[in-house]
Order: sequence, then C-alpha cells, then structure tokens
Amino acid sequence: MSRYPVRVTTVLLAALALVALPAASHLAAQGKGTVKIATQSPLSGGQAALGEGIKLGTQLAVEKFKSPLEKMGYKVELVPFDDQAKPDVGVANAKNIIADKDILVVIGHLNSGVAIPSSEVYKEVNLAMISPANTNPTITDRGYASVYRVCGRDDVQGVVGSEFAHGSLKAKTVYIIHDKTTYGQGVAEFFKADAEKKGVKVLGFEGTEEKSNFDPIITPIKAQNPDLIYFGGIYEQAGPFFKQAREKGVKSKFLGPDGMDSSDLTKIAGKAVVGMHYTSVAGPVSVYPQAKQFAEEYKKKFGKNPEPFAAQAYDATAIAMKAIEATAKGGKAPTREAVTTGIRGVRHTGITGAVEFDAKGDPKKALYFVLQVVSDNPEKWGDNKEVKRLVIAAPSK
Amino acid sequence: MDYQLLVDIFPQVLLDGIILGFMYALIALGYTMVYGVLEFINFAHSEIFIVGAFVGVEILLSLKGAGLLEALPWPLVLVLILAAGMAGSAALAVSVERIAYRPLRQAPRLIPLISAIGVSFFLQDLIRLVESVWRNAFNLVYPTLDVLNERFELTSTLDVSVKSLVVIVAALAMLWALHAIVNRTKVGTAIRAVAEDQAAASLMGINVNRIISLTFLIGGAMGGAAGVLFGVQYGLINPYSGFIPGLKAFTAAVLGGIGNIPGAMIGGIVLGLLEAFAASYLSLLTGGAFGAEYKDIFAFSVLILILIFRPKGLLGEVVRERA
Repeated sequence: MSRYPVRVTTVLLAALALVALPAASHLAAQGKGTVKIATQSPLSGGQAALGEGIKLGTQLAVEKFKSPLEKMGYKVELVPFDDQAKPDVGVANAKNIIADKDILVVIGHLNSGVAIPSSEVYKEVNLAMISPANTNPTITDRGYASVYRVCGRDDVQGVVGSEFAHGSLKAKTVYIIHDKTTYGQGVAEFFKADAEKKGVKVLGFEGTEEKSNFDPIITPIKAQNPDLIYFGGIYEQAGPFFKQAREKGVKSKFLGPDGMDSSDLTKIAGKAVVGMHYTSVAGPVSVYPQAKQFAEEYKKKFGKNPEPFAAQAYDATAIAMKAIEATAKGGKAPTREAVTTGIRGVRHTGITGAVEFDAKGDPKKALYFVLQVVSDNPEKWGDNKEVKRLVIAAPSK
Repeated sequence: MDYQLLVDIFPQVLLDGIILGFMYALIALGYTMVYGVLEFINFAHSEIFIVGAFVGVEILLSLKGAGLLEALPWPLVLVLILAAGMAGSAALAVSVERIAYRPLRQAPRLIPLISAIGVSFFLQDLIRLVESVWRNAFNLVYPTLDVLNERFELTSTLDVSVKSLVVIVAALAMLWALHAIVNRTKVGTAIRAVAEDQAAASLMGINVNRIISLTFLIGGAMGGAAGVLFGVQYGLINPYSGFIPGLKAFTAAVLGGIGNIPGAMIGGIVLGLLEAFAASYLSLLTGGAFGAEYKDIFAFSVLILILIFRPKGLLGEVVRERA
C-alpha cells in the first residue's frame, strides 16, 4: 500500500489543527478580552523565598478581587515572571511583558537594582509598575508617572536604623558591610551618613559580593571589636556572614535593613541571629490586625506562612485591580494609560494600612518598623518582636 | 594608620589564608592531574567539587532527620561524609570522562574543552533541579555540629576552631596519600608513564583508558573531599557555589605549573594567602579607598606578574617533553 494517503491525511489534520486552535481559544475567551496582571520577582535562586511570597500574595489578591471584572466580561489572569534577582533577566522579562498587550500592570520587583532598569522599559509604553518591596529612593525620584510603590524608602529607613543604633542600642562604633547592589549599598550609605552625623564612629565601610567565605572580612572586624555591625544587603548573604562572625567569636550586635526580613535568615544563620535587630518597611503579618484573615487564607492555600512583602504585594494588586475596574466601568476596554493614571487616584485601605500616593508615586505616609529576631526556628519568623513602629511621611524634594 | 591593628590581625589572616589555600590545592589537583595525562582543562571539575559538598550535606541532613547526628561520635560522622563525598565526586568524574570526553579523545583539543564547559552548565542545573525537587531549596545549610565550632585561643589575637583544624588535617592527609600513590605505587608509575607518552605507555602493556579513568577517579575524589570540607568550613552551599572556587583552583593550578602535582599544592596555598591578605589588609592600608572587594583584582594582578616572569608557573611543567 502506498504511504501517500497517510501523508495527505497527516497534512490535512495538521492544517485543520492550525485553523481550529485559534478558533477554540477565541471561544474560551468569549467575553470582552483578557486582563493580565504580571508579577516580576525572583522565583528561583537564593532569594526565591521572598520572591515567591510576592507572587503568591498577588495570586491571592487576583483571586479575591477578580469577580467584578469577570462580571463585566473580562477574563482575569496572573502571569508570573522570574527575574532571578538579576537586572539583565528583569529587563528581558520586561520586554516580553510590554509585548503582551493584555498585561495592564506589573507587581514587582523585590530588588531595587532590578526594578530600576526594568521600569525604564515599562515607562516606554506607560505600563504601571506597583512595587511591594523596592525601597531605593531612585525608584520614584525619577518622577515617572508609571512607577508606584506601597512601601517606604531607604533614605528614611537608613535613618531609622541609625537612630535606633545610636538611641536604643547605644552603639559608639559601627562596622558597615554592604553587598554592592543598588539596594544594599544605597541603604548602607544612608545609614552611614546619619550615623556619622550622630557621632557614631564608623570603623569600616566594606562592600563584598562574597557568598561563602567571609573569614578575611571578619578578622579585621573582630580585631576592632565594634559595638555594632550593620549589613546593608539581603539575607542570603547576610546569613552566612552573621553565622561565621559569631562562630569566629565576634561579639558585636547585628543590625540590618529590610533585606534581612525573611525566615530564610534564621534557616541559614540559626542561633547566630537570635536577638539581632532589623529595620523594615514591612512588618510581619502579625503586626497588622487586618491581615489575620489574609495570613490564614495564605497558609491554607499554599501550606506555608506568608513571607514579608506578600501582604504588600496583596495590597498593591488590590490597588491595581481597583484602578482597572474603575477604567473598565464606562464599558470601554481598559488601557495601560488609563490604568496608570487611574492608580494615582485610588484610595485604598488594605491589610497593611491605608495607601494614598503622592505626586511621585510614593505612599504619602509609610510605616517603618524596628524588629527583633526572637527564635532560631524559621517557622516562628512571623512572631518577631516589634520594637518600634514609626509613621513617616515621604521626604519631599 | 593603626599599625598595632595591622600586626594584631596578621596571624589570624595567615591562618585563614592557609585554610583557604588547602581547599584550593585539593581542587587544583583535579585540574592538574587531568591536564597532566590529557593536556586538556576539565572545566566540569568545579561542579564535580560541589557535588561532593552536596553528597555531604544530604548525608548530614538525613542523619539529622533520623536523629542520629547527635548520637554518633563526631569523628565518625566526619569520616563518613568525607568518604561519601569522595565516592560521589569520583564516580561522577569517571562517568563524565566516559560519556563526554572519551568519545572526543581523537578530536582537536578545543572540542573536549567545549564539551567540558557544556558538562559544567549541565551539572549546575542538574544539581539545582534535583535539589529543588528533592528538598525545595536552593541554598543548603550544613547542619552544625557544636563541637566543630569550639575555638582554642592560641594567643590573644589568634584562635582556631576545631573545624579549621579538621580542614587542615584532612587536606594534609589527602595530599600525602596522593603523593604516595603517584610516586610509590605501580599505578602511580603507570599514571606518570601515560602522562609522559600515551603511545609508548600502551606499548609497554599499560591500559591507557583504565589509567585515564583512574586519574579522573583520584582527581574527582580529591575534589569531593574539598567539597565536603568547603561545606563544613563555610556552612552554606548552592548549585553555583562551585564555580568561583573552581576558577580560583584552576588559577592555582596554572600558578603552580599546570600538570605538576606539587605545583598545584603550592599554587593553591599561594593564591589562598594572597586572597586572604588582600581582603583583610587592602582597606586598612588604603584607608578604605580599596576595600575587600578588590581582593581578586589584587590576587590576580600578582598572578599575572608571576606568570610574566615564570610563564610555566612557580614550579614549571616537569611532566613532559613531547615531540
């Protein structure tokens, strides 16, 4: 028998499939179209714990708030992107994001050094980015209309840290380490400037990308025996540093910014970080009374406690959904421009408090915390003790 | 400048540098032995090294899970993870050679090199995949044995932890064993013969393929031991942790004279010391203008200088004069 008919059938079937596929997907999205919300955060690598929290917080909010849009005939979808905490990956993802016309808002990033170049891409098409976690001042100081954040800033957070170091910890000398990223070095410099102003002696200011062997950095620190060590960076690097420092017999107190704020810090450093303090723009979920239900739903759905910034991502998403809803109400399809402008007008009382944006996209008033690690059990990270809570307006420049 | 401080930290920095140097030396042996017999750089060796660390941490975590970690005597636990790490890395090194290098042995020399780089990437992501499925983790933490963290104060400015001593003793033992194998046994003679001239060695009745596998086995085992010691000493590993130490160890091998076994040991220690001194002293000596982040630039500048004056490395290439 000739193989010819078989081949013809195959070709015909393939052609049919090609025609049928778009038709089928068109059927599924019968309504007015799809509204997509993208997240960008590290979902793999050493900072995945926080990055995943941002994605899951957004997911929970999308599911919770999508019904009004669905009633209007839109399909609502979450599209998570993994920026791997790397600027180049973030920008590459951003290019894919702006190419997908259905994406109306981006929730992200975790790292300021990734958010800054990526938001340059979003700005090209006036696509809104609402950041749950980026604290570097540059994020909003560029004055882009499409850039928002729901958290505080490092020029305030650094000062909150140095005030605590000077006022409460009574530190006379400090040694500062940072990770050479936009975020880590940035907050460390704000801390340093204010600490010096207060008369705290800065014994050293050291940047390092080292991830495993901190011996040669620790030796001079130990010899100078500072009252306090400040680490401007993120837990995956600070964890091994603190652990090795304690193991080498360093007795100084530890302090860090919100990059310390993950249960992975105790997973890595264990007993070494118990009792240390860190400043944060995101308190643990337990400090927000309204967030209790959120924490329960999160735990039930994903089987783990929400990481810091998950609640902020939830609120950022709620704000974005509100803006999309408002622009869709007139019956017109929501556009990126309309959503970007709409966000500025949203007044939202979320689980982390009320958010109202100023002209730059900063929240008019932001919360800052000083927290203390209470246990070497990562499960208990949410119980960290709130030592101080401050409400500070965004600096106007 | 605070001269007293510079003097005070000197012994501690020296010790840190020596420990790091021994680690580099153990890894460098894998590069140098393979280069000695095959004249090619096994770039997958950095992953072979880190696999040893992963085998070690998996055993420790399983022991901890079973509640045996505290029950067993700690020297036994250490010997167990060292042996397992060595076995794991050695098996991997031999399989990599069999699968990715042997079929290319007659190809131009650049081809196995590219194959090695490919294997390196493949292994990195394979480890990442396995660990994310198996433990849902990226960074793995070595469970701490408290006894290993105990410190002895030798002087007021110098103290040494039990685990640092373990690293030094284990590294010395490995290096001594390797030296004995290569120089005093029949197998060692065969390895040296293959390094000198493969064709002639095979005419003398030496099974060249077996000897090459054996070279990978020994180099892999040394790398695996280094991996376990790295994990014990620094406490945190991830699938990409092997890359930088691997690169440095390769540099150490070149510094000592690639293909030369004692050279790899000396090169490792020199590089370790350079790095430790640069990281600790640069910012103190320059008043903060150059910080610890310049340690690699400093170490590698010295390296370039050494290679300008001694292009064949500190000890030179003693292995061959090939026609």
